[in-house]
Amino acid sequence: MTFAVVVFPGSNCDHEAQYMAETVLGQQVRMVWHKETSLSDVDVVILPGGFSHGDYLRTGAIARFSPIMGAVKAFAERGGPVIGICNGFQILQESGLLPGAMLRNRDLRFHCEYISIRVDQTDTPFTTLCTPGQVLRVPISHGEGNFFAETSVIDQLEKDRRVIFRYSNVHGEAIEAANPNGSVANIAGVCNERRNVVGLMPHPERASERRLGSDDGLILFRSAMDALATRGALQAV
Amino acid sequence: MIQEGELKARVFVTLKPSVFDPQGRAIMEALHSLGYDQAADVRQGKYFLLDLNVPSVADAEKMAAEIADRVLANPVIESFKIEVADATIEVADATIDVDGAAK
Amino acid sequence: MAAFDDATLERHGVTHEEYNRIVELMGREPNLTELGLFSVMWSEHCSYKSSRVHLRTLPTEGKRVVQGPGENAGAVDIGDGLAAVFKIESHNHPSFIEPYQGAATGVGGIIRDIFTMGARPIALLNSLRFGNIDSAQTRRIVDGVVRGIGGYGNSIGIPTVGGEVMFDARYSGNPLVNVFCLGIARQDEIVKGIASGVGNAIYYVGAKTGRDGIHGATMASAEFDDKLDERRPAVQVGDPFMEKLLLEACLEVMQTDACVGVQDMGAAGLTCSTCETGARGGVGVEIDVAKVPQRETGMTPYEIMLSESQERMLLIVKRGREKEVEDIFEKWDLHAVHIGEVTADDKLRVKHNGVVVAEVPNLGLTDEAPVYHRPYAEPPNRAAAFVFAQADLKPLPSAGDAFMALLDAPGIASKRWIYRQYDHMVRGNTIALAGLTAGVVRVKGTPRALAMSADGNGRYCELNPRQGAKLAVAEAARNVACTGALPIGATNCLNFGNPQKPEIMWQFAEAVAGIGEACRALDTPITGGNVSLYNETDGRAILPTPVIGVVGVIEDAERVVGRVFPSAGLDVLSFGNNLGELGGSEYLNTVHGLLRGEAPSLDLAQEKALHQLLVEVIGAGCAKSAHDCSDGGFAVTLAECCFDSGATGVSVSVPAASTDGGVDLIAATLFGESASRAVVSVNPSDTAKVLEAARRLGVPAAKIGVTGGRTITIAIDGHGVVIECPVLDAEARWSNGLSKWFGGSAA
Repeated sequence: MTFAVVVFPGSNCDHEAQYMAETVLGQQVRMVWHKETSLSDVDVVILPGGFSHGDYLRTGAIARFSPIMGAVKAFAERGGPVIGICNGFQILQESGLLPGAMLRNRDLRFHCEYISIRVDQTDTPFTTLCTPGQVLRVPISHGEGNFFAETSVIDQLEKDRRVIFRYSNVHGEAIEAANPNGSVANIAGVCNERRNVVGLMPHPERASERRLGSDDGLILFRSAMDALATRGALQAV
Repeated sequence: MIQEGELKARVFVTLKPSVFDPQGRAIMEALHSLGYDQAADVRQGKYFLLDLNVPSVADAEKMAAEIADRVLANPVIESFKIEVADATIEVADATIDVDGAAK
Repeated sequence: MAAFDDATLERHGVTHEEYNRIVELMGREPNLTELGLFSVMWSEHCSYKSSRVHLRTLPTEGKRVVQGPGENAGAVDIGDGLAAVFKIESHNHPSFIEPYQGAATGVGGIIRDIFTMGARPIALLNSLRFGNIDSAQTRRIVDGVVRGIGGYGNSIGIPTVGGEVMFDARYSGNPLVNVFCLGIARQDEIVKGIASGVGNAIYYVGAKTGRDGIHGATMASAEFDDKLDERRPAVQVGDPFMEKLLLEACLEVMQTDACVGVQDMGAAGLTCSTCETGARGGVGVEIDVAKVPQRETGMTPYEIMLSESQERMLLIVKRGREKEVEDIFEKWDLHAVHIGEVTADDKLRVKHNGVVVAEVPNLGLTDEAPVYHRPYAEPPNRAAAFVFAQADLKPLPSAGDAFMALLDAPGIASKRWIYRQYDHMVRGNTIALAGLTAGVVRVKGTPRALAMSADGNGRYCELNPRQGAKLAVAEAARNVACTGALPIGATNCLNFGNPQKPEIMWQFAEAVAGIGEACRALDTPITGGNVSLYNETDGRAILPTPVIGVVGVIEDAERVVGRVFPSAGLDVLSFGNNLGELGGSEYLNTVHGLLRGEAPSLDLAQEKALHQLLVEVIGAGCAKSAHDCSDGGFAVTLAECCFDSGATGVSVSVPAASTDGGVDLIAATLFGESASRAVVSVNPSDTAKVLEAARRLGVPAAKIGVTGGRTITIAIDGHGVVIECPVLDAEARWSNGLSKWFGGSAA
């Protein structure tokens, strides 16, 4: 199976995503430069974390205009699984592929630390191997992860079960104390209407080796591999 | 030195009222601690100055609005206001409110 | 009849004697641009004119040294044909003026020094010193510096894996921001800052040149006084995004062999990079500054040559390979500009639109810069001022109260509030999480890991600069050894006051001697470093503060251990002798408000044996955790082993410190800062083996207790239990000691 990792100027977690997919999971990886325009013959697209364009103007605001984003949109329209991690999530939001926007963390500080997220929906390509309510230990590393959308949008997301991950404590309680950045409703990750594009602020690719802290993140990528193996490439989940 | 024909558009981007502004709040607290208790609220925004080589003020307004909508502001959380200044006059020449209607 | 008046010379930081020397070297009087070139290259910051005489005495060779001092960074062999390329640098004066940008550009500068050698930077450390935390101004500086380090390091994507922070009133007008960076390169792919090959092209790439930082080099060479505000324009704004692009593009270019030399533009910008590469290569360098990309209008050649705009690199490209290099930079949306050539003579020739505006011998700017033998002398009655007796101390609070006071002290309390703002995981190599003093990163493609630590102690150095410097080397190496890594190389950042004062120069000379002695004994040659002088405000100097960065290698990355007790039911062993030395201790400072006594003693052979023991028992998998004793002494060390463990407690019984009378024995035992000690946890089935190894290596060692329970319990022979405290209570105090000053909890 082939993972595509899109590299924007200033992406810096592309390296971890590549290592995870290639060395830990033993899959093919194609590093895709942002100026390319084709994503043919890849099975999963990863938009990695980092500081594309230095986060200048707004996080992800300039990267969304990159030539590759046309191909990412087309891939998503064909039902291909796309995951946006941290800055990748922000780029998907700026591109209109995912809802909401990111504000600065409510304490105005960058946070790099391990937290817990609860998997609320298991019918996306990235969560099929999870059990509902499963708690994953993964790190966050961001200064602007405070998820915001208008109340009407949030209500619709909840109604459509499009909130995929929520910040929680180790027991799976999505309480205020477990919210590291002020995100509305403890939202850590969401999906699109079609449920094939997922974005999350935490870094599952960094939680892929126990000796570095946790390997709870691997299940997201194993899910994608499983979903594709079971249902065949490029079909909607 | 400003050349003939060049117009400046000022774009002010602010968070929508419904969006919590942690930076604005932090600034207000700082003002209060400095004794400016009369400061009731602070909202932080962004200011962009665009130098546009277009022939008329109307062209500048149109282009600035497009640029603001497409790039400078994130419509999910931000709104914008435009002022176009003639090269030789410091004061704003015309303003467009958020809906695009000229005042 | 001089061409320049006294005021001009003073503004350039050039003495009359230096001016005469310039005239002699040139064979004529310099013009203003040429004077500017000399003023920056002969500044303290660039020429090391006050320090070279002493730095020459440092040990810089060893079987692992691949690159010693003299290049942009040093390098040591780490096996498999790879090298660790590393250096530490300071950005002190700018961090006082503009804390965020001062710290940020400091990070940017040291990173460039690493990738300019062809090494990919993979880790950062920092060593920070500030004034007393109860000052709002100090807190503002701390906040700015931490955000600046995070802002730059996080954005460029290099993890900050550790560091140290210390607070003392002597740093209040002169914060110290020392940043260390380490990268990996294939030894045969290291690129040096050497220009060669007549006719080869000189390329400029990176940010456009502006007027920032002009005379920044001279600012770093001058004290602060009430003319501070005039110096404000000399601080630059960093652009980590630009540097990320530069880093990737330069590494890509250096993978081809199209470049013969690369150097970053740091202090003294274009001037330094051109004349240094020329001097190293024994060739001349000619550039036309009109070709230099500029972001301000009307810049003069003087301004262009002296600008310290950030994120710029100089490349010497083989003739014929120019397009290849340009294309690679274009891919990264960077514009590499051909600005000059390597020539056959020995000059730096600066043209402006084809007209020569400055011409100076390269060696005159570099190797022939003045070397000063500044007078130095120990101040009379210096040692007498530090004597103290038990009677001088306030009545001792209970040991438990003193213990809590130490955990609460910002220099000892948890630094989590700080390091949580640094991305310490990016690039996926970090094994030991930040919060430990030594950072550990694995080396992908090998079974190894590298450990690194930056340490210093200004208080010990104030009491005895030579001893304090030796102790700094020992501590950094010990921190590295406690992860299981063998220390193999070092870099130094020497932070002192005004070298024109004999007592400051004495501190400097003594410290360098101490570093030399310790590095020789511990087999950690100095591969490069930095000197920051004139750290004084209104005539009052900082504590003399040499900071040492040590790098070590762990052969098996799986064997790395941290400081935290991993579980209950383990034996706790102590290594080393407790001589109960309270001189210069955190205890004396925090509980009694004093800086007195003698710096702790140090037996370098003992210290080395301790490192060997740690490497051996950790490598064999017998030691489950290891932590060295330093600030706060044994009691604090033991407590730190319990923190972040999930409330695993510990119960130990130790002999009283072997100190002569006249000192509170309990305080000396618990809080004395004798060197060469560590606390290790071991599976009971391995204890005999570990004790036998210690005996064989001549390291005093004993089982002192066990892990378990929910309290920290310390008993001293003949005195019973002196500390008994629930782990969670102690941990709460420690967790909040620093963070409470910044309006939040660390939780």
